[in-house]
Parts: sequence; C-alpha cells; structure tokens
Amino acid sequence: MNGMLTLLVLLPLAGFFLNGLLGRRFGPVFVNGVGVGLPLLAFLTALWAWRTLETGGGVPIIETVFTWAVVGEHVFEVSFYLDRLSAVMALIVTGVGALIHIYSIGYMKGDEGYARYFAYLNLFLFFMLLLVLGRSLLVLFVGWEGVGLASYLLIGFWFQDVTKARAGRKAFITNRVGDAGFLLGMFLIFTAVGTLEMDRINEAFATGLIPAGVATAAGILLFIGATGKSAQIPLHVWLPDAMAGPTPVSALIHAATMVTAGVYLVARMSGVYLEAPAASTLIAAIGVLTAFLAATIALVQTDIKKVLAYSTISQLGFMFLALGVGAYGVAVFHLFTHAFFKAALFLGAGSVIHALNGEQDIRRMGGLARRIPWTFGTFAVATAAIAGLPPLAGFFSKDAILWFALASGEGGAIWLWVLGSLTALMTAVYMFRLLWLVFLGRSRMQPETERHVHESPVTMTAVLVVLAFFSMIAGGFALPQYLEPLLALPEVRFHSALVHWAQIGFAVLLAVLGLVGAGWLYRDGGKPADQLWLRFRSLYRLLDGKYFVDELYERLLQRPWRWFSDRVFLRLGDRMLLDGSLHGLAALARLSAAAFARVQSGSLHWYAWMTLFGLVAVLIWVWRYV
Amino acid sequence: MDNAHLLLAVSGTLFTLGLVGVIVRRNLLVMLMFLELMLNGVLLSLAVFTQLLGVEAGAVLMLLVFTVAAAEIAIAVPILLLLVRAGHTLDPGAYGGLKG
Amino acid sequence: MSEANALNLLLFLPVIGGALLLLLPERRPDLVRGLSMLVLTAQLALAVWLYVQFEAGVSGLQFETRIPWIAAWGVHYHIGLDGLNLLLVLLTAFLGPLVVAGAFTSITRDVKLFHGMVLFLQFTMLGTFLAQDLFLFYVFWEAMLIPMFLIIGIWGGERRIYATLKFFLYTAFGSILMLAAVVYLAFTVLSQDGAPSFAIADLHLLELAVPVQVLLLAGFALSFAIKVPMVPLHTWLPDAHVEAPTAGSVILAGVLLKMGTYGFLKLGFPLFPDAAQLATPLIMTLAVVSIVYGAGLALVQDDIKKIIAYSSVSHLGYVMLGLTSFSLLGVQGAIIQMVSHGLVAGGLFLMVGMIYERCHSRDLAAYGGLAKLLPAYSVFFMLLTLAAIGLPTTSGFTGEFLVLLGAFHAAWPLHEQGVTYPLALASVAVLGIVLGALYMLRLARRLLFGEPRAPEVEAGRLRDLSPREVSILIALVAAIFYIGLFPDPFLQKTEQAAIDYQERVLAPVGEDRP
Repeated sequence: MNGMLTLLVLLPLAGFFLNGLLGRRFGPVFVNGVGVGLPLLAFLTALWAWRTLETGGGVPIIETVFTWAVVGEHVFEVSFYLDRLSAVMALIVTGVGALIHIYSIGYMKGDEGYARYFAYLNLFLFFMLLLVLGRSLLVLFVGWEGVGLASYLLIGFWFQDVTKARAGRKAFITNRVGDAGFLLGMFLIFTAVGTLEMDRINEAFATGLIPAGVATAAGILLFIGATGKSAQIPLHVWLPDAMAGPTPVSALIHAATMVTAGVYLVARMSGVYLEAPAASTLIAAIGVLTAFLAATIALVQTDIKKVLAYSTISQLGFMFLALGVGAYGVAVFHLFTHAFFKAALFLGAGSVIHALNGEQDIRRMGGLARRIPWTFGTFAVATAAIAGLPPLAGFFSKDAILWFALASGEGGAIWLWVLGSLTALMTAVYMFRLLWLVFLGRSRMQPETERHVHESPVTMTAVLVVLAFFSMIAGGFALPQYLEPLLALPEVRFHSALVHWAQIGFAVLLAVLGLVGAGWLYRDGGKPADQLWLRFRSLYRLLDGKYFVDELYERLLQRPWRWFSDRVFLRLGDRMLLDGSLHGLAALARLSAAAFARVQSGSLHWYAWMTLFGLVAVLIWVWRYV
Repeated sequence: MDNAHLLLAVSGTLFTLGLVGVIVRRNLLVMLMFLELMLNGVLLSLAVFTQLLGVEAGAVLMLLVFTVAAAEIAIAVPILLLLVRAGHTLDPGAYGGLKG
Repeated sequence: MSEANALNLLLFLPVIGGALLLLLPERRPDLVRGLSMLVLTAQLALAVWLYVQFEAGVSGLQFETRIPWIAAWGVHYHIGLDGLNLLLVLLTAFLGPLVVAGAFTSITRDVKLFHGMVLFLQFTMLGTFLAQDLFLFYVFWEAMLIPMFLIIGIWGGERRIYATLKFFLYTAFGSILMLAAVVYLAFTVLSQDGAPSFAIADLHLLELAVPVQVLLLAGFALSFAIKVPMVPLHTWLPDAHVEAPTAGSVILAGVLLKMGTYGFLKLGFPLFPDAAQLATPLIMTLAVVSIVYGAGLALVQDDIKKIIAYSSVSHLGYVMLGLTSFSLLGVQGAIIQMVSHGLVAGGLFLMVGMIYERCHSRDLAAYGGLAKLLPAYSVFFMLLTLAAIGLPTTSGFTGEFLVLLGAFHAAWPLHEQGVTYPLALASVAVLGIVLGALYMLRLARRLLFGEPRAPEVEAGRLRDLSPREVSILIALVAAIFYIGLFPDPFLQKTEQAAIDYQERVLAPVGEDRP
C-alpha cells in the first residue's frame, strides 16, 4: 500500500503543528485528543505496515517520497524502508510512545506549557520515525539531529531554571560531537560506495570489494556518532543531566527510544561491521566498559532518576557489547525488552515523584509500598525484569548477551563475559537497592510530604500496568530468531549445551545474589551499606563524583577553548595584530602627513628661504645637466 | 669687462641684495620694497639681453613687466595695510594664518 | 515584455524609484516608505518571474543585453543571468522589501535620504551581480561602497564614523589592487587580440603565463577576500555590523558579503585557473581557519551583534571551502550556503534590531528569559538559531552538508595518492559544526532562557512582535525551510554554471579551456 510509511511518519508531525499552533487556544481536551490520538493512530499504522510486511514474506517495503537533491550523478532521495528490523523499531517507538503520551496526561496536568509539551513530544516521534524508517543515511541523519533537537527542547522544558536550560545545551553539544564523527563516517561511505542508501551500502560491503581500512574507519566513525546519541563513553555525560526534563521525557527519549538510535544504527549497518572486526572489537570493549562503570556509579546515586539514568547507560552498554560480538539481533532484543522495563521504571519513578510532590532523593523515601501499591507492584516487576530474574523479559535478553559475549565466534572473549557478569550482578544490587530504599522499610520521608502521599491517577497507573505486563512477557518474543534472516547470529565457539546451561544458571545465581545482597545491605534504611562505604571512603568519593569526567572535560576542553578564543583569537589576534596593524598603518599615514605639513609653516620668512634654496638647486641642476 | 657684463653684474647684485633684504628684514613694508628691488634687477638683465640680442620682443616684455609690477604694488600695499590694521604689527612672524 | 528587457527593468527600477522619491515631500515619510516598498516589491516580482523563466541545463548567459558604452576602450553595457548570479539576484530582490519593512519604525530622520540610499544600493548590488563586462563590474563594485558608507555613517551607532571609515578604506584599498589587475588585463587583451575589450567572455580566452596569473589573481583575490571576509582580513566586519543601523546590517550580511565569494566564483578562479589550482591549499586553509576562528570569537563576545558578525565569518568560511574544493557537490553547496547565510544572518540581524528598538541595548548580559516575556519573538529566534547551526530541514544544513561532503569527496582521492592535507582540513571543518552549536546555543540560552529580565522593561511595556514584524520573519523562515526541504529546483538551475566553473578551473594546466 503506497504512502503507508509516509502516513506513519507524518501523523505525529501533524500533531506537532496542531498542538503547537492551536493547542493553547483550544485547551487541554484538544491537546489530549491530538497529542495522544495521533501517536495511537501512528501505532495502528505501524501495526498495519508490519502486517503488510509479513504477508509479503518479509520482503522490504520501499517508499520513495521525493528527490531531495541531484548533483551531477549523485542522487539524494527521501525514501522509507521497512524491513523486520525497522518494523520492530517503529512498533516500539509508536507503541511505547503512545503509552507515554497517555501517561503524560496525568503527569503534566496543570502545567503552563501543556500544549507545548505535547507538541514537542509529537515532534520527537516524527523525527524518531524518520530515523528508523529512513532508507538512506541522510534521512536517518535528519531524524538523528531532529531527535536531538526535540531532546534539547524537552530537557530544557522548564527553561526558566538556568540549570535545566544548561542541561539541554550540554546534551545538544555532546550529541553534536558525535554527529561530527557520524558525518565523517557518512562521507567516507559515500565516497567509497557512491550511495547513502543503507541497504545498498550493506550489499556493497558484503561483496568484499571495499578495502578493509575503509570499513574499519567508517565503522569507528559511525560508532562515534552512536556513542554520542546512546550515551556511551566518552560522550555519556549528557544523559544524567538530561534528567532535568519531565520524567515522561526521560522515559521516552532517554530510555526507550532516542538513546537506542545508536544501537539501531550499528545494527542497521551490520554489513559494514561484519567487514570491520577491529571496529567491532572496539564497540564491544567500550560497550562493556561503559556498562561496568555506569553500574558502579549507579550504586551510590541518591536521586531516583539518576540511578535510572546510569542504569540506562549501563544497559545500553550491554547492547553495544552484543553488537560488538556480532550478535546484532540479540542487541535489538535487549533494546526491545529494555524499552518496556526501563519505561516502566522511569514512569514508576515519575509516579513516586508525583506522589511525593516533587521529592527525588531516595534517602527521604521509604515505606511507600502500602501507600502507592500500584506503583510499587509495577516497579517491583520491572526491577525483577531488569535484574534478570527468570522468566521475566530481562532474563532472556541479558542472558543471550552474556552468552554471546563469552561464546561468539566473532569476538567473544572471557574478559567481556566476566565484566558483563559483574555488571549484571551490580545491576541487580543497585536496582533492588532502589526498590528497598524507595518502597520498603520504614518511612524516612519528610512529614509534610508524607501526609500528602497519594496514588497516581489511572491514566498513569494503567500505563504502568501495561508496561509491567510486557516486562513480564516480552521475553517470549523470540526476536533474535525473528531477525535472523537479516541479522545472522554469529557462530558459537562452544557447542556444548552444558556450558550454555551453566552460564544461564550462573546468571540467575547472580541475580538472586544481587537481590539478597541488596536486601541485606539496605534493609535498615541503608545503614549497613553506609557502614560498609565508610571503610572505602575514597572509592565512594570517586563513584559519587562520577569519576570526575565532567570536571575533566571542563578542564581539558571547554576552558581551554574559551581561553584560547578570548586570549589568542580576540586579544592577540584581532585586537593586537590585525586591528593593531590597521591602526598602525593609519597612524603612519597621519604621521607622515603631519611631517609633510610642516613645510606649510605659515611664515613668510620660511617661504622666502625655501624659494632661495629651490632657486639655487634649480640653477645647479641646470648648470650640471643641461 | 665690457658694458654688458658690468650691467649684468649690477643686475645680479640688485637681485641678490633684494633677496637678502627680503630674507633678513623683519618689516613687511621694507620686505615689499626689497621685493621690488629684486624685480628691478631682473628687469635690468632683461634690458641688457634685449640690447645684446636685438630681440624687439624683449623691449615689449620689459614694458609688460613694469606694468605688472606697478599693478602688483597697487594691490599688495592695500592688502598689507588691511593686514596690518587687523594685526597691529609689521612683523611677518606674527602672521601664521596659512600654517598647515 | 521580453526577458532581457525585464532584466534591465529589474536593474534600473530602484533608480527610477529613487528619482520619484526626490519628488515626495520630506514631511511625509509614510509616502516615502510606501513608494520604496512598492518599487522593491515590483523588483522582487520581476526577479521571481525571471527566475521561473530561466532555463536549467543551458550553458552561458540568458536574457543578455549588450550595448557598446565606451567603444574606444571596448567597454560594453553587458548584463545577463547565469547559474552563478541567478540565486544571488533573487536573494537581493527578496531581501529588499524585507529590509525596508524592517526599517519602518527604526529610521525616523532623513527618511527620504535613507530610502534613496537603500534604493541606490540595490541598484549597485544588482549591477555587480549582473555585470558581464569587467569595467562595468568594477564600476558597480566601487559604487556599492558609497551608499553603504553613508548608511553606516549617518544612521549608525556611537562609533559609526570609525566603523564606516574602516569599512570604506579597507575595502577600497583592496579595490585599488584589483583595478591594477583589471587594467593589466585590458592591455593584455589589446596586445593579444589587437582590439581592446573588457568582456568577461573574452577575458576567458586569454592565454596568460602562470606567474602572471598568480599576480593577477592576487590582486583580485585580495579585494574579494576582504569582502568575504576571510581571516585575517575580517576585522572591519564586527565594527561595521555593530555600528550600522539594522537595515544596514541586514543588507551587509545578506548581500554585500556575498560579493566577495561571488567575485571568486565568477572572476577570480575562472579567469586564472592555473593560479587558482596553485592557490587552493592557501585559500582552503584560510577558509577552514575562518570557520574555526570565527566560531571561537563568536563564543566570547557579549555584544549580540558582534556574535552574529563573527558567525558570518565562520559561515562564509564554509562557502570558500566549497568553492576551493572544486567538486560539483562543494560548488553547489557553496552557492546554496551563500543564499542560506543571506537569509539566516539577515534574519538574525533583523531580530536583533527588533529587540534593540524595544530595549536599546545589545549587551547580552542585560537580557534573559525572553521566551517568557516575548514568546513569539523567541520562537522565531530559535528557528533562526537552528538554521544557523545547520539543523537538517533548514537551508543551513543543505549548504553545509553539500559543502562538507564535497570537500571530503574531493579530498579522499588525494589522500589515497598520499596528499592527506585536504582531508585533514575537511575533517577540521566538520568539527566546525560543534563549534557553531556552541556559540549559537550560548546566545540562545542567555537571551531566551533563564530568569526573565530586559532593559527598560516596565511592566507591560515590552510588546511582542507586531504583525509587520511577524510577516517579515515568516517570509524569511519559510524561505529557509523551503530551501532546506526542497533544494533540488534551485540546484537544477545552477548546476550547468557550476559544472562549467568546475570544468574550467580543473582543466590541466595549459590545456585548451572550454
């Protein structure tokens, strides 16, 4: 059905315009109708598109919308491409997206920028769909930058707070650094292959005619872009700050969808990465390191959203680990499950914050399980899912990752598995820590806050229930196998089923250990844990300071650039040298003019002498040369 | 030395005296007079050459120069008078208005 | 009417308008403004019509007029449209009414003289773009300086005399060297062909020894580089922009700065192709330096106009990069970037003017939270900021993307042959997009977000945009997005000229040229 994909993409855009221009005038009911209705319609359209794909036997659907530019023999078209991978992404984006829109009705109620919020959120959906449905890297890039814009606008949504506005700017700039790498990678591929259309690029690389160096360089450059968007080391610094935005934004953009764009990019360009083992090794290494280090930071965070932010960075690291060892489908599988339980966790956190009238410090929570049961229940389910307890969704996807980290024939290594497992252990610990400190035990709330604790409205809790439900069953969707025609699973080194079962058992053991350990450490409002940290004070400080990466960047990059621009470019360059030489020239002209003007002394006497001298000189000259 | 050379020497002397006088004297009126002396010196040499070379045009030129000199004095002296009336001194150093 | 006549009318309409202006009484400024608007809108209509009539894919000039002017010297009044000046003419005509509309409330004294100057400036600017005879070109080039000098000098800010003198003398100095080169060229034509001629087409046929080409290119290049402006010849720009009245800044940024790049595109490189190839490393380096240097300087300014002025230096660095890449992608990108910059920088200056009219301050520290105080204003400002950063869907992206891709595309084969320098330059240029976001977002945050405050904001006295201001901005933003989303129609019209330019410059040294 022609135009289906275009319709899918344009529905949220219409929402943006309608709410942006008319939202204020027509009130919340209109805003809700448009702001939620259109994403829901988009989800239905996505379902329909998916069905069309399946009935066609999985053959990719290509829709060309228009030609953007033709320069010589190079043609840049705007076209959409639906295969199983993009269908999965589109469904996640519109499905989880629509749910979060519904949730926002309750969460953002009464906010002054209500219409603006939904407009931006719809704008985000539009760009995200462009990203996942684009056929060429160019269209993807448009979506890529566009979601960055939406993120910027939404992080700084309450812009009167300077800190929040700054956080938005930080996100955009950090992303931009990644984008520079992305662009270079894009250019390289274009030069080597002659097109930006990703399906044709993958085909070209598969022929083996492209030099290996090009594949590696392009792979690394594109990955730099991915680190920016998906908050991996070294461009991860914007995500925790992005928590300044409204919580549903954190759930949608910084958990379920935008940050997964990097994962999608690498998976989509698997043709390149299959030819670039060096790049893949790098991705796996950075992925697992990011996962590990982020998890360590999450252990000591005291803001409920920051814990989840670092958890997201960590889980994204897992996805990249999978990508790095060639298990592309598995990475997407984890993306899928993660979208559900992370969204559930963030929205649950939002529900807690809503219940506590804005409190976000977990040291001032506790004992909420009975007061806000729905929130607690869904949060607990999601926590178990992320920790990897069977048979919830996280178990399936995370286990697959760990298995391939160990056993993949394309880069699997013991150290990857060790770090990955340690991270899994820490994940269980910090997540159950969160559960304990927020919901269980005695209340440590401020009295004022405690009095007003109330469960969230049904628009919010219903969404939580749906997401928790999917956190439970999502593991049943055998995504890696479903995607296998596109993204082949790598050969496994150990063919023994025993090893595989041992690994699974070990993973479950870790999850349980984490649960128990966290329960023991944090049972009394966290006192045993605090005692433990007293003995490792400097380590605690390091973790609490997030390894001081932000400070490092400030010292190494931002301050020097500003200093350089001011001292060297402005003062030395422009003022002293350039303007200085200009003014010098002008002064020279002035001085020589003044010197010459001294001849006009105004004194008759002087003129008479000058006449005499001139006369004598002329006479001599005449006498000598004539 | 014959008459021509003598007369030329005289004219040269007249001219030089006049020039020296213009430079040395610090009285506007006197400077004018010495200027006239310079003119007369030149005129004398003109007369000598006219006679020597037998060019009639030279005589005409002499008459012209005489007339111009007279006209020049007729204008210069009133200008001087006006200047001195405003500046109250005959010292040329006091007038720097054309400086620049 | 025939297209050639229409082109002549397009050029002389401002002169006619200016003459009519003289008849109007001084004490009726509204009539003056009305007539100005009428004339410039008519001019725009003509320009659009000619644009539509222009045939894509055809080499050479269209709608030509060639009349002998000073026959003894071989000088003709020769104008025409080709792919190189087509979009710039359209841009100039488009900005004309917007400039006048923007100045309705800010220019209140000597209104007649002001509009006369603006019209005269339109005339000279269009003349420079349309001239196909080198003498004619030079006359218009020099003539441009006079109205601009007066506009800055009479209606400008506190240091206007310094700024306008700096602008005038700096530019004129470059022009003198260009004049020497022009004269030399004329004599060369005379000796090689026997008859004098200034026709640019004839000059293309000259055979010049490479060292001669280098010298001549230097003469032209100096003048053009000052105009672009390229680092290190750019220091006149911040002062000129800061002291100029809003309308002056808009014309300066919108059109005048394009003269330099147009000069390179039309004359500098095609007339001296061998020298151009030799000079490429230097000019490309300076282009990238401009990108980085401009961005750095923009970051540390506190005068809003200076920020935008330095951003112009940075943006036009991209244009020069595109031109010197000599790849079709780069050249097309450069042409689009020229137009885009005209719209974006022009728009930003207009917006600065609007806030200045209200609060009389250009100090960034004095402002904050305008998104709350002036919501409509902030929306447009944000849109223009995004265009300046090169966000996809805006014209800024189209230009930057094509330029950078072109530069990379041209540099890669050289890298494979062992010459890695152009690739390194291209990579640094790509980093420029980060720097661009840095200073623009700083500006946006300080101005629009945070605690609301503004000079002279007695409660309720700060008015949001008037309908007049909104219409101007909508026109600009619409154009920016249109070029961002659908650049192909424009690219088709300029493509042939770009191909010709590229082929001419890239032909190997000494070969017969197209």
